[in-house]
Amino acid sequence: MDAIKIENLSKYYGKARGIEQVSLTVGDGAFFGFIGPNGAGKSTTIRTLLGLIRPSSGSASVLGFDIVKEKKKLLAQVGYLPSEAVFYPRMRVRDVLKFSADLRKTDCKEAADRLCRRLQLDTGRKVDELSFGNRKKVAIVCALQHDPRLLILDEPTGGLDPLMQKEFFDILRERNEAGTTVFISSHILSEIQRNCTHAAIIREGRIIACDSVEALAKTAAKRVSVHGSVDLSALAGVRDVQRSAGTVNFLYSGDMNTLLSVLSRGDIRDLSVSEPDLDEIFMHYYENGGGEE
Amino acid sequence: MTIVKHELRQGRMSFAVWTGAIAFLLMVCVFLFPEMKNEMDAVGNVFASMGSFTAAFGMDRLNFGTLTGFYAIECGNIVGLGGAFFASLIGAAALSGEEKNRTAELLLTHPVSRARVITEKLIAVMVQIIVMNAVILAIALASIAASGEEIPWKDILLMHLAYFLLQAELAGVCFGISAFLRRGGTGIGLGLAAMMYFLNIIANMTESVKFLKYITPFGYCEGADIVSDGKLDLVLVLLGIGYAAVAVAAGYRHYTGKDIR
Repeated sequence: MDAIKIENLSKYYGKARGIEQVSLTVGDGAFFGFIGPNGAGKSTTIRTLLGLIRPSSGSASVLGFDIVKEKKKLLAQVGYLPSEAVFYPRMRVRDVLKFSADLRKTDCKEAADRLCRRLQLDTGRKVDELSFGNRKKVAIVCALQHDPRLLILDEPTGGLDPLMQKEFFDILRERNEAGTTVFISSHILSEIQRNCTHAAIIREGRIIACDSVEALAKTAAKRVSVHGSVDLSALAGVRDVQRSAGTVNFLYSGDMNTLLSVLSRGDIRDLSVSEPDLDEIFMHYYENGGGEE
Repeated sequence: MTIVKHELRQGRMSFAVWTGAIAFLLMVCVFLFPEMKNEMDAVGNVFASMGSFTAAFGMDRLNFGTLTGFYAIECGNIVGLGGAFFASLIGAAALSGEEKNRTAELLLTHPVSRARVITEKLIAVMVQIIVMNAVILAIALASIAASGEEIPWKDILLMHLAYFLLQAELAGVCFGISAFLRRGGTGIGLGLAAMMYFLNIIANMTESVKFLKYITPFGYCEGADIVSDGKLDLVLVLLGIGYAAVAVAAGYRHYTGKDIR
């Protein structure tokens, strides 16, 4: 069974586009990244999956439960971390955690204590007094304490310092190894590349690529770095040309023999051809419409 | 009942301030009566000669020199208006406050149905109104007893029942409205309560707009009518309950399918 299955899901706010014809499948046990800049439709997709907003058309299921008809069953098995953690005023951290557990009708005290220790979170403090990062930690514990089958994390690391980010991803990996599906929305591509096995890229409300992170990185384009002088004007498929003292750096998606032939006519002292990183893939999809290319 | 408990805890400060303020003013007012009743003949003549304003506050039909008359006018305004403001405020903030303060996302991503959220929030609103009225009534009765006056049980209980119904109606209407709001409903709550209060005053002053009594819940809280009739106007009360029920039902219908952005 798929953890998330979205079929032709669209959401419009009046005439404004939220998401259009989004189709996406996240396998059970996957560590899945959902990439896109602000306004691309990441949060709209997530909020629709969680039943906060109703889809205009299409359908989706989470853990086999329909997002409209079986919302309560679905939410019982999902842990959600919002991009911005907001809590009720004047509550202490332990009260927030207990309120969340009570709403789930479960006793999560032990798990909450363990997570708070790992994230160095003082449960006696009032949430109003906490920094953005510490409020995020409270939201993380709320999302994890009931041991959900699926974690949906919207921009999860904002506000966390690098050490906490590492601890957070260690926890996520442990959960994932134990069978929890992890779905992370982020615009920090290195975060997705380091941690996720699969990813989808969303652009202007539409999914433009969805594959394993490894496959996404293996697009036709290569990052070519040439130390020396070479005339690239006749070469087709060259993008993102960056020149610095004696070095030219570009993305190349044309024929490899033609590239070698052009390079052989130049004065080359050093050459490297490598896979572009996910940032470059991301820009490639955004500049060219991705799959439409 | 997790949400009920949570709501009561969140609202306890506001509840304590409003209840304390109304009860304190009521107590002061009651303690003023023994001193004032000897001067009431002169005061009564002044009040009786204020034309439309005398009718506006029902002073043309009440004897200011009796505890019942004094209580219906002075204390009635304190409990009626104060209670109406409090009830409207908590009703209007119940659902819209979650969106205004952006806590709706936290609440509604837990396995609770929207219907349960609405029901428990409505229960919490009504519990606050019931407890507030019980406290105020107890303090009113204790104050009257302490001031050495005899307690006019029937009149006092009927008036307090009317104030309770007024608050429940306004809270219900504002609660229904709050399901449609995204940015908090403080202004709407206070505005609605004030408008209803003034509609009743206008209805008292002018015969041609008497029909306004069928709109405003202050219509069935008129101390002069309650004291002279010895009962509440059932038609007005049932209309009020109907308005609240329609608003709450509309709120349920809208909120269960509402997009939480």
